[in-house]
Formats: sequence, C-alpha cells, structure tokens
Amino acid sequence: MATEAATLSPVHAITGAIDVDLHPAVPDMAALLPHMHPHWAEQMVVRGIDALESVMWKATMPITARPDFRGPPGTQPGQSLERLRAQALDGFGTAIGICNPLWGTAALFNEDMASELCRAMNTWLAREWLDREPRLRGAITVAPHAPDQAAAEIERCAADPRFVSVLLPAMTEMPLGRRSHRPIFAAAEKHGLAVTIHAGGQYRHPPTVTGWGSFHAEDHAAQANIFQAQVLSLVYEGVFVDHPSLRVVLLDAGIGWLPSFLWRANKTWRGLRAEVPWVKRSPSDIVREHIRFSLQPLQGPPDAQGMERLLEHIAADHMLLFSTDYPHWRFEGQAAVPPQIPARLLPALLRENALETYPRLRPSDRPRAALPEGVNRPAP
Amino acid sequence: MARHVVMRAAELPAGESRVVTVRGREIAVFNLAGEFFALINRCPHEGAPLGLGLRIGLSESNKPGCYSHSRPGELVRCPWHGWEFDIRTGQSWCEPSRLKARAYAATRETGGALVKGLYVAESVKVAVEEEYVVVEV
Repeated sequence: MATEAATLSPVHAITGAIDVDLHPAVPDMAALLPHMHPHWAEQMVVRGIDALESVMWKATMPITARPDFRGPPGTQPGQSLERLRAQALDGFGTAIGICNPLWGTAALFNEDMASELCRAMNTWLAREWLDREPRLRGAITVAPHAPDQAAAEIERCAADPRFVSVLLPAMTEMPLGRRSHRPIFAAAEKHGLAVTIHAGGQYRHPPTVTGWGSFHAEDHAAQANIFQAQVLSLVYEGVFVDHPSLRVVLLDAGIGWLPSFLWRANKTWRGLRAEVPWVKRSPSDIVREHIRFSLQPLQGPPDAQGMERLLEHIAADHMLLFSTDYPHWRFEGQAAVPPQIPARLLPALLRENALETYPRLRPSDRPRAALPEGVNRPAP
Repeated sequence: MARHVVMRAAELPAGESRVVTVRGREIAVFNLAGEFFALINRCPHEGAPLGLGLRIGLSESNKPGCYSHSRPGELVRCPWHGWEFDIRTGQSWCEPSRLKARAYAATRETGGALVKGLYVAESVKVAVEEEYVVVEV
C-alpha cells in the first residue's frame, strides 16, 4: 500500500473546471422580502418568520462549513459573494459554478408559501449572485409537493439562460418518480434543464424507514438509502421512458454505495420486470445513461486500487461531475479532487461530463454527445 | 443427436408441461396449443427446474401505466428467481443475448411415420396409429 500511496498525486490540478455544487446562503428572510409577493412579504413580517433553519445543514455544525470557508461570526456560511468568489471560484480556478442554495423554502407544508418562497429565492439568486458574478449559474429551487406551481416556476426561470438546473430535495413527501411529480420533469426536459437532487430535504418522514435515529451521524449516513429509494422510484415509475433526454444529478450522494445497489436492483428487475414492463433495460443501464453524481463528498475507497475497481463497476468515466460542495466541509486544502481519482478521468470529470449533463452550459445547441463506451455493456 | 420418442402426444394436453429424462438429461416438454417444445430442465442462472415454472404471457409496454399482454402461456417463469424464458426458443427475456435455456427440437409425429425412420423409444411403445412427441437429443 505504501508504494500505491506514493504514486498518488497529492493535489490534482483542476483549473477551468465546472463546479456543479456551490451553496450560496440566504442570510435571512429580510433578503428575500423585496422579491416576494406583498401578501407573503407581510406574512413573513407579521408572523415573525425571520429564517428557515435547516435541520440537516444547521450553520453551527462543523460539516456545514469548512473552518476557513465559514466567514465572520453571526453570518451564514456561504452568504458572502466576495468570499465565494475568492475561495470557491478563484480558489480552485473554476470556470463555471452552479449555485444550489439550501434553505428551507421547499420544505414548508403550505404549498403556496413554499412555492412563493422558492420564487423569491430564485429571483434573489438571479439578482444577488448571477447578476454580479458572470461565472455563476443557478438552480431553480421548487417545492416538489406543489408540482403545478413548481412547473410554472421552472417555466418562469427558464427564460433566463443562466438557470441551468432544477433543484429538488432528496427527502420528499412521496417518491419523486410518482406520476404526480411528472410536471416538474416535463418542464425540466422541455427547457434543457438537468434535475438535481440534493441530500437532506423536507423531513416528512424519518431519514430511515425504521424510525427516527438518535444522532446526526445517522442522518447523514442514511442519505445514501434515501438516494437509492429515489433512484428506484425514477427508474421504475418510468420517468426516463416519458422523458428520454432527461438527466438527473445526485448532489452530495456519494458513490461508494452504487455497485452493490445496482447489482441488487438488476437482480430484482430480472425477476420482477413484468410488473414494470416499460422498464426494458436493466436499472444499471438506465442509471448509467440518465443519472450523474457530484464528486464531493466521494465516500469511496481510500486507496487508488480500490477506487479503480469502484470506478470500473459503475462505468464512472461519464458519471462523475466535479464539485467542491462549498462551503461544506468535505476535504482539506486544495484536494477537491481526491488523490485516489485517476488522472485520466480529469478532463471528463472537470468539464465534459457537466457539459453533457447540463445542456444549458454548452456554448450552442449542439447535439448531445454520443453515449460513452460502457453504457451498453452487460450489466454487472 | 438422435430422435427420442418421449411420450404419447395425448398424454400432454395443451397448456401443460412434463419433465422427461432422455440420455440421462432432464428435459421439460411443453404443449403450446398443440405445438410441442422442449427446453433443458435447468435454468441457466442457477439450475432451477424450469418445468416447474409458472406459464405466463408476455407483458410489454411503451409507456408507464400502459400495458399490453400477448402470447399467453408462451413464457415460463423460473420457479426460483422469476426470470422469464421464451418456451419457443429458450431465450431469457432480460438478457436475450447472454442467457438461454438450451432448446431441443420437439415434434409431434405419427407412429406410422416413425417406424419408417430411425428413432429411440426406450420407455414408450410405438403403435402405428398413435401420435407421439419426439425430441431430438
């Protein structure tokens, strides 16, 4: 193992990358009031709703912000454009960064309030971030439990080409593949927007299906199971049959769980596929065509050899998209691409995969690149 | 390869199947509406006896929520893991290029025709006026 470790480059050079997961923070509700319908702006004030603190990404928790990314006391990690520009963009030589603000707007029970706060946050993102920094692109945050309003918001924001994706939480009221959610995917596909799903979410259900855990450590590890459930739902409900050009990106999902999950999914499909006859290919083939994964947090083998095997299992040449997850605490120093990732993956990982996944990042409407090799190989 | 008389055709009504042993090999014989087919009685996945599998039709769809159903009874579902095999060809539905249950030629022939050619009838007495199932193994 010592010789393998010696062959690892300590820090991969990553200049010119596309970072698909940056988290600019809403400082407080006051920041959104100018962008809100007067009814809702007044409701926020008279009801004293001054913030939507996240359970998953509580500002004081270490994982929420790397110490040097945290910013002055009393501010939300990620709320300063100047810091994000210096640390996440200049700091890694990033060419394009996609903003995925994680605030509780999509989690509110009231469909109208949730939808209006999502609208306000999307407008805030355009005015406060995209207008001020040309390297930034935005995700359209929508409330999945209000699918018609979500689709309307996608239509509204899609007029602005700097919005390149739709942001959904991983933890939802109902699995995302259920047909009631279809307007969201239809609108995203129509406008060439990737659908991204970020860890955490609405907390309508415990993060595990056996009930509430006691510890935050459980919540974070359980996210892998949540992503698995969403992938199964998207595949088996036939979202990719109805929307064949759709790309879904799992953000903050990790990849270490993928091989065993895909083997298991393929095995059950072979025996039970008559139940879902529209699923004509194995789940692993469908995942490889339609689903992508952000790099950080990687949650894979710590050594180069183990990583090679994992990457081979999941045909990762086209599956991984560079991300820093800024300002979350995922790595130290400049090691945004973990050293055990082989250098041959870098061109695809840093840029090409993102260009293939997010059509709006492409300079023109050139046809989608042919599927990379490995997509149609026999399932594991 | 030799032609083996494995049973009287009347013994296996349409829609039914039966396992016979030919040259030490278990073979599942199927009657699909009067046509006979034979597959090795061994799933290529893990060896389950295909002759015990449920006979089903082919469910297909081009759109979530829309179902078509055709070829009733022409697939056998492995009794262990549910993989579907086409009784006519032995091909697996899920992995047609990779997984196949070995298929043998099976025909229905009269005793009169049989006695004019070469055949093996270890346990079946052949009478000229009867019809028989012949499997080439």
